Amino acid sequence: MWNRTLISKEISGCGISGIIHKKGKLISGEVIIKSICCQEERGNGLGAGFAAYGIYPGMENFYTLHVMAENSYALELVEELLAHQTFLNYQEPIPTRKVKTIKNPPLFKRYFVRPKFEGELTEICDELAEDNYIVKLVMEINTKIEGAYVISSGKNMGVFKGVGFPDEIAEFFRIEEYKAFIWTGHNRFPTNTPGWWGGAHPFTILDWSIVHNGEISSYGTNKRYLELFGYKCTLLTDTEVVAYILDLLIRRHGLPLKVACLALAPPFWMEIDEMSEERELLTAIRIIYGSAMLNGPFAILFAYNGGLVGLNDRVKLRPLVAAEKGDLVYMASEEAAIRAICPDPDKVWAPKAGEPVIVELEPNTIPNQRSYLKGRPREEDENELRVKCAYTPLFASK
Amino acid sequence: MNLELNVHTLHYSQVNRILRKAIEEGKVNFKLYGVNGHRYLAAGISKKVKIEIYGTPGLDLGAFMKGPEIIVYGNSQDGAGNTMDDGKIVIHGMGGDVIGYGMRGGKIHLYSDAGYRVGIHMKAYMDKVPVIIIGGKAGDFLGEYMAGGIIILLGMFSRYPEKPIAGLFLGTGMHGGAIYIRGKVKESFLGAGLKPYPLTSEDEKLLETHLKEYCEDFNLNLSEIFKADFIKIIPYTHRPYGKLYAY
Amino acid sequence: MGTPQFSTFYPDFYIERLENRCIKCKRCVKECTYEAHLWDEKKKILKEDHTKCIGCHRCEAMCPTKAIIIKPHPSQFREHANWTPWFIKNIYKQADQGGVLLTSTGCAVPIKNYFDHLVLDACQVTNPPIDPLREPMELRTYIGSKPSGIEVEEVNGKFRLKKPLPPLIKLEIPVMFAAMSFGAISLHVHQGLARAARDLGTLYNTGEGGLHASLYEYGSNTIVQCASGRFGLHVDYLNAGVAIEIKIGQGAKPGIGGHLPGEKVTEEISKTRMIPVGSDALSPAPHHDIYSIEDLRGLIFALKEATEYKKLVFVKIAAVHNVAAIASGIVRAGADAVVIDGLKGGTGAAPTMFRDYIGIPIELAISAVDKRLREEGLRHMTSIIASGGIRCSADVVKAIALGADAVYIGTAALIAVGCSMCQRCYTGKCPWGIATNNPELIKRLPPEVAYEKIYNLVHAWGHEIKEMLGAMGLNSIESLRGNRDKLRAVGLTKEEMEILEVKHAGEV
Repeated sequence: MWNRTLISKEISGCGISGIIHKKGKLISGEVIIKSICCQEERGNGLGAGFAAYGIYPGMENFYTLHVMAENSYALELVEELLAHQTFLNYQEPIPTRKVKTIKNPPLFKRYFVRPKFEGELTEICDELAEDNYIVKLVMEINTKIEGAYVISSGKNMGVFKGVGFPDEIAEFFRIEEYKAFIWTGHNRFPTNTPGWWGGAHPFTILDWSIVHNGEISSYGTNKRYLELFGYKCTLLTDTEVVAYILDLLIRRHGLPLKVACLALAPPFWMEIDEMSEERELLTAIRIIYGSAMLNGPFAILFAYNGGLVGLNDRVKLRPLVAAEKGDLVYMASEEAAIRAICPDPDKVWAPKAGEPVIVELEPNTIPNQRSYLKGRPREEDENELRVKCAYTPLFASK
Repeated sequence: MNLELNVHTLHYSQVNRILRKAIEEGKVNFKLYGVNGHRYLAAGISKKVKIEIYGTPGLDLGAFMKGPEIIVYGNSQDGAGNTMDDGKIVIHGMGGDVIGYGMRGGKIHLYSDAGYRVGIHMKAYMDKVPVIIIGGKAGDFLGEYMAGGIIILLGMFSRYPEKPIAGLFLGTGMHGGAIYIRGKVKESFLGAGLKPYPLTSEDEKLLETHLKEYCEDFNLNLSEIFKADFIKIIPYTHRPYGKLYAY
Repeated sequence: MGTPQFSTFYPDFYIERLENRCIKCKRCVKECTYEAHLWDEKKKILKEDHTKCIGCHRCEAMCPTKAIIIKPHPSQFREHANWTPWFIKNIYKQADQGGVLLTSTGCAVPIKNYFDHLVLDACQVTNPPIDPLREPMELRTYIGSKPSGIEVEEVNGKFRLKKPLPPLIKLEIPVMFAAMSFGAISLHVHQGLARAARDLGTLYNTGEGGLHASLYEYGSNTIVQCASGRFGLHVDYLNAGVAIEIKIGQGAKPGIGGHLPGEKVTEEISKTRMIPVGSDALSPAPHHDIYSIEDLRGLIFALKEATEYKKLVFVKIAAVHNVAAIASGIVRAGADAVVIDGLKGGTGAAPTMFRDYIGIPIELAISAVDKRLREEGLRHMTSIIASGGIRCSADVVKAIALGADAVYIGTAALIAVGCSMCQRCYTGKCPWGIATNNPELIKRLPPEVAYEKIYNLVHAWGHEIKEMLGAMGLNSIESLRGNRDKLRAVGLTKEEMEILEVKHAGEV
C-alpha cells in the first residue's frame, strides 16, 4: 500500500529532455533513452519516465488511459467504472519486462475508450465536451478508487514512468520498442519521498504531458486556484498543477499558447510598466491569472498532440538549452543531453527566462492534431455571471 | 609531458583521477576529446597545467581550481569557474548560467554569449583581481552582488541579434569592482546604487591590457573592438543597504 | 460629605517624581491634559493626583530632565484569580455612575492570538531563497471584482486584450490604512495618512466622518466610507476617492454603530459632519436602508449608479460567527471587495463588553471566508481585505497566506505617530494630539511628523515582507495568497488547524 497520507507534496530536482520532429516522422525510443541517461547525474534512481506521442496508430480516435494499480482489485473497480462510463474499444496490459532492480512494480494496463454521455446512446462529437468528460473521469478514478491512478489519458499518446533510474524504467516498459514524433523524458532527484510510482514524471491530463525540473513554491496557491475549477491534485507533486493550469488556460479558457506561457511565467511589473502596446494585456494576465503563476525555480517541457514547448521560470533559476537540426528540435536541461543524440546541431541556444520555445508540427501532419498558437473564445462560468454585475451596469447602455 | 585522451566512455571522476595522476607524474599539457557533459573537470587542481577540451564540458568546469589554463573548443554548461582562485578558462563558444560564481582570481575569456547570473559576488583583494570577458551578450543579473574584480562585456559575437547587450538587474547589489560595457545600457536595467561613467585614461589602459590578451586567445583584432565606446559601471556607494535596518 | 466614589479611591498608575532631577519647569503640568500634575503656587512645588493619571506617558516623555516615571500603582488588592482589579474597578465605576463601560482600542482580553501560533516557512536547498535586496520582489496587488478569465484577439500578429478589465485599484503594498474618522483622530493624522498612502502607493480610509476640504487632492489614494450615520456624505464626497466602503460593522463593536462623543465634536467636525458642536455623533446600529442582504445589494447599486460605475464598492463587516456565509452574500450582492474586521480591531470609542467579547479572531475569519468563497467558485473573482490586530509585517504575511488579498492597519499606524495605548481616545483629551481635534492639542503632532512616521513604518514593513517572501522562495505576493503550505501551526488543536487549513509544525 502506498502511504500517501504522510506527504502532501514531493520536492525534487531533475533532468529533462525532449525531441520533436516537425514533420511527424517517428523517432525510436532509444534516442530519448540515450539523451536522458546522459544526465544520469541529475537523478538519484527514485524516478524516471517518458511521454510518447504517435505510439498508437490505428487507435487515434480513442482516449488511451494508462492505468497504474497496486492490485488487481483496484483494476477491477476501474474496469467496472469504465464499463459504465465509457465505450471501451480495447484493453490490454502494458507490456513490461522483468528488471532485477525493480522490485514489486505496480500493475499497468491500458484502455482505449470513448466517453459515454449519461442517458444518451449516441456519441457526442463535441471535442471540448468529450475532453471535459475525460478530465472528470480521470479525477474520479484518481480520487475515488483507492490504489488506482490514471497516468495518462490522451489520444495516440502514453506515459511510462516509475521508480528507478531512466535506463531501468526504459527497460521495464520496453521503451525502445515504441516510435513517436514527440518524446519527453525525465530523470528524477526527489529529496523527500517514499518509492511512489505515481510521483514520477511526466504528469498528464488528456494529451498534456509535463516534465519538470525545479520546485514550484507557489504550489499551495496554484492548487487552491485549480480547485475552483474542479481539478483535484492527487499525485502529491507540484508538477501536477502545471498540467492542470495548462489545461485550464489553453483548452478551457482558450488562451493562445504564448499568452498562457505569459501567465505561467509573466514579466516583472517593472518591465510591464515600461511596455506600451502590450502593457494592457500583460497587466490583465497578471491580475486575472496571478494565482496560476508558477513561482520558484523551474524548467518545464510540455507536449500535446501537435507540439512541444519548453519554458523557464522568470528569473531562470533552472537550466534549459534548445537546439535544432533540420526538422528536429531538441530541448534539455544540459547541452550535453542534446549532443549525446545530436552531436552536430545547426543551432544551439539558451532560451531567455520566461520566454517559451514553442514548436508545433506542421499543419495536418497527424490525425486529431491540436494547435494552440491561436486563441479561442472563452465561455464564462456560471458563477462569473453573479460577480459580473459588480462592475457592469445591470442593463448595459446601448 | 603531454597526454591525449578520449573520455567519451569515461565517468568524470575517472577523467579527473587520470588528470591528477598524470600531473603528479609531471605531465603539463592535456588534450581531452569526446567531452560531453563531464562535470567538475579540473576541479580543485592547483598546478599550472594546460588542458584543452574538445566538446561540451559539464557543470562546474574548473571549480575551485588554482592555476590551470583550460581551453574549451565548444560551449560550456552552467557554473564554469565556480569559486575559482587562479588560472584561466578560455571558451571558444557560449557559456551557460552562473559563470565565475564567487571568483577570487584568474580569468575567464568567453568568446560568445553568457547566460544568467554571471560573475555573482566576484571579489578582489590587493593584486588578486579576477577578470571575466564576454565577447557576446549577457543574460539578467550580470555581476550581481559583485564586490570586486572586472567584467568586460563586448556584445559583439552574439547569436542573439535581437537582444540587448545585457539583461535586467545589471550589477544589482554590486558594491565593488567594475563592469565595462562596449556600447550603452538602459539605466533602468541597472541595479540600485549604480551609475554609468565614461572611461578614465586608467580605465582605457586597463581595458587595453585585458583585451589584448583576449584578442590573442581568439585571434581577434583589437582595434575592431575599440571602434565603439565603452562605459564603466560602478557603485557610487560601498554600503548600498546601510540604511536598511532599525536598531 | 456626599456618596463615596469608590472608583476614585484606587488609582491605576503612580507618578514618581525624582526630586533630585526635577527643575520645576512645570512642563508636566502643561503636557498633562488630565490634570494629574499640579503646581502649588503657594508652596512652589509640583504635586500629583495619581487617580487622574491614565498612563499615557506624555509627561515622562516630555520632561526635559527625565524626572518622571509612570508606574502601575503599587497599591494592591488581595490576590484573587477571578476577581482581578480590572473587574473590581469596573464594578466600582458602574456602581458610582450607573453607566455603560466605555473604552477605546481593540480587544484587551488575552483571547488566543492565532498569529502567534503560526510560523512561516523558508527555503533550504530544494529551491533557492531569493534575495530581495538585489532581485525583484513584487508586492503589487490589485483589489476589486474581476472576471474569471480573459479573452485575447490577434491584431497584426500581436495578441491584444479583447475587453478591457473592469476598474481595479492598484496597491504597491497590500497594506492600507483602516477607516479612522476625522473626528476620532485629528486632521493632522488624516493629512499624514493621506500623504503616506500616496507616497507608498496604497490607500487610506476617511472613516465615517466625511472628508476635510484639504484632503480632496489625495483622491486617488482615498477610500471614502458610507456608514449608517451618513455623516458628511454627499456626491462630491462619494466621487472623491477610488472606492466607497459601506460600513456594516467593525470588529471593535460588532452590532452597534459608530460613536463620536460630544467632547470631540468641535467646530471643524461640526462643519464636516453637519451636527451641532458638542453633541454626540451616534451612528445607528444598522443602516436603516439595509435590513437584509437584498437591501445591501440595493445600496451597493445606488452608490454605483450615483458614481457611474467608476468607483469600487467595498463592504466592511465585523468578523462574527457566521462571517463566511455573510461574506459570500456580500460578493453575490455585487461588492467589489469584502472587508473583514476581526475581534482585535480598534476603535475610538466602544462599550468595553463589545470591544472585549464580541466577534471572532480575524485569523479564523479570513480562513473561513476564503474557504467558503473557494467552495462556491467565487474566490478568484473578488478581493478579501482583512483587518483587526495586525501588529507587524509577519502578521501581514500570515493574513495573506490565510487567504487575504490585503490588510488594513489602524492601531499600528497610530502607535507609529506616538500613541501609547492609554485607551482613552473617547475623552477627546489625547495628550499626544492624535485622537483629538482640540486646536491646541493637535499642534503636538504636526502633519509632516505624522506623515514621516507612518511612511517609515509601512516602508519598513514592505521590506520585511519582501525578505520573508524571498526566504519562502517567492518573488511575487500573489503566490503567497492562500498558500497554506507556507504556514505551520504550533500548539493548536485539530479543530483550529482544520479551520485555518494548516498543518502542525513537524508534519511534512
